[in-house]
Amino acid sequence: MTTSPPASSLRPRASTGFVPPPSSRVLAVSVWAFVVAFASCLLAPLFGSTSISLTRAFDWSQPWATNIDAQVFFIARLPRVLAAALVGSALASAGVVFQALLRNPLASPFTLGISAGAALGAMLVLTFGGALASAAWATVPLASFLGAIGAVAVVYLLAAARHRGFSTTVLLLAGVTLNSLLSALILLVQYFADMTRAMQTLRWLLGDLDVASYQPLVAALPMLVVACGIFLWLPRALNVLALGDDHAAGRGVDVLRVQRLAFFSASLATGAAVSIGGPIGFVGIVVPHLVRLLVGADHRLVVPASLGFGAAFLVACDLISRTVIAPIDLPVGIVTALIGGPFFLWLLIRSA
Amino acid sequence: MLISARNLWFAYAPRAWSPPGRPVLRDVSLDLASGARLGILGPNGSGKTTLLKLLAGVLAPTSGSVALDGIALSQISRRTVARRIAMVPQNTHPAFDYTVFELALMGRYPHLGAFEVESHADLAIAHEALAATGTQEFAARLFSTLSGGEQQRVVIASALAQQAELLLLDEPTASLDPGYQLEIAELLRALHRQRGIGLVLSTHDLNMAASVCDTLVLLHHGEVVAAGATADVLTPDRIASLYGIHADVRFHDAAGHLVVVPVRRAP
Repeated sequence: MTTSPPASSLRPRASTGFVPPPSSRVLAVSVWAFVVAFASCLLAPLFGSTSISLTRAFDWSQPWATNIDAQVFFIARLPRVLAAALVGSALASAGVVFQALLRNPLASPFTLGISAGAALGAMLVLTFGGALASAAWATVPLASFLGAIGAVAVVYLLAAARHRGFSTTVLLLAGVTLNSLLSALILLVQYFADMTRAMQTLRWLLGDLDVASYQPLVAALPMLVVACGIFLWLPRALNVLALGDDHAAGRGVDVLRVQRLAFFSASLATGAAVSIGGPIGFVGIVVPHLVRLLVGADHRLVVPASLGFGAAFLVACDLISRTVIAPIDLPVGIVTALIGGPFFLWLLIRSA
Repeated sequence: MLISARNLWFAYAPRAWSPPGRPVLRDVSLDLASGARLGILGPNGSGKTTLLKLLAGVLAPTSGSVALDGIALSQISRRTVARRIAMVPQNTHPAFDYTVFELALMGRYPHLGAFEVESHADLAIAHEALAATGTQEFAARLFSTLSGGEQQRVVIASALAQQAELLLLDEPTASLDPGYQLEIAELLRALHRQRGIGLVLSTHDLNMAASVCDTLVLLHHGEVVAAGATADVLTPDRIASLYGIHADVRFHDAAGHLVVVPVRRAP
């Protein structure tokens, strides 16, 4: 039946607004998103207490031992910038997935309490794990993922119990409740931790990307790669799922399978992100919204764009957090909350 | 027989994990030939929507079976079913601001692999579906900015892009004004006439059912109380027992089909 479509329908008049084929748009948007993310990772390390030059940092003719710029770039600053990029990508794309799944643009790992679940998981291992936490390098990301899965299970049960989907009210109330419940548990864990440990984790709980080495990134990377792979497989199903379960099933989507896969991958991404930088808020709300303003609602564009712009956004926020009142280094979670909080309120006002 | 449904029982579970509650459908059987025009009538809560979902394979029956060309729907993948049967649910409220064209293109879902991107042929099919429903001029607009009638036509276009041979519509005119109601009815008749697309629609609009459908199934408390040719089923007695109203039923020459005029509530 695909043979000889009417020639006129291929090229409608300009006034009908010809939409370019998705393949070329997907490619263009993905390339742009990647370029922006890459550029932010390359430029952000140049700023800081001592300014360095990009050309000297990449000047391989100088021996490593004497190339101060390269040392500052690759050892002091790049791990943190990469952490921001990975966490930003993960949280922004997880936000997109949660929003489509729950059919609500105000859903995100942070507002749903998924980040808090991940934080609790990580906290338990960091505080009580002792030998466990240091024995295997991927223990913290895994515990963080399990915490995220636990919180997702609560959200999932709520969604299943109310099979008409989530209203904004229920969503926000569930998120607030889950967040305060999990915060109480986190405080309880902290209460049992010793003083220095408690101070360290407090900073991490505020959202902190000062990772000091590549090790936490490497530990979280496998989870991020798996999540990202699933994210790139999901978009067309997410598009239809956002119309409603019946619409999706009628279009041929295996609704239950896609939902499970999406919840799983978004939990993986959230767990990995939180294990690196703590529960950094609002990235999963702000970035998808800005991305939709740029590229529209098609998830095949929104997902890759959120991966790229999420990275750039958090790299920028982190740059602000470590330069705005230098030499004091703010936890980046404070910056994202100061940007994201008012943004979230504005969205609430607009949607009301 | 394109679709044959045998002894369908269905009960919703009040919670996803709890046992099924009171049956919504009781022992419903029906056959659909390709190119059928079937109307499902019945009072609110009689199980019309549930029956449509079972026929589309969106829901699985609690007991009984639905077969497509003799093969049980439960044995066929969702994508394969969706290439044969398209469904238009009653309400469409996208969570995001899709454009009309994006929405039409979603009809291509069952024809594409996971990482496959729409070819020019797919784009052409979506454009053609919009043209067939008279909504091509809205292609670049946001779905949310259209009127109810326009939205419904776009959703039908999206189902058409699925290139299914059977279209299931759940109360397609429920929230539309009389102008749009006539427009949708005319569109459905044209789709059947020009493309041989089979239609199954649930509706409360008896006149619309009479104008589009050649056979009717009457549901009451989840049971089939009458089934057959429209002229045989749509009688004052049946309408009285189904809806509790006295109605005048006669052939309208100008409209070209039976018309039902509710006269008064039955005592």
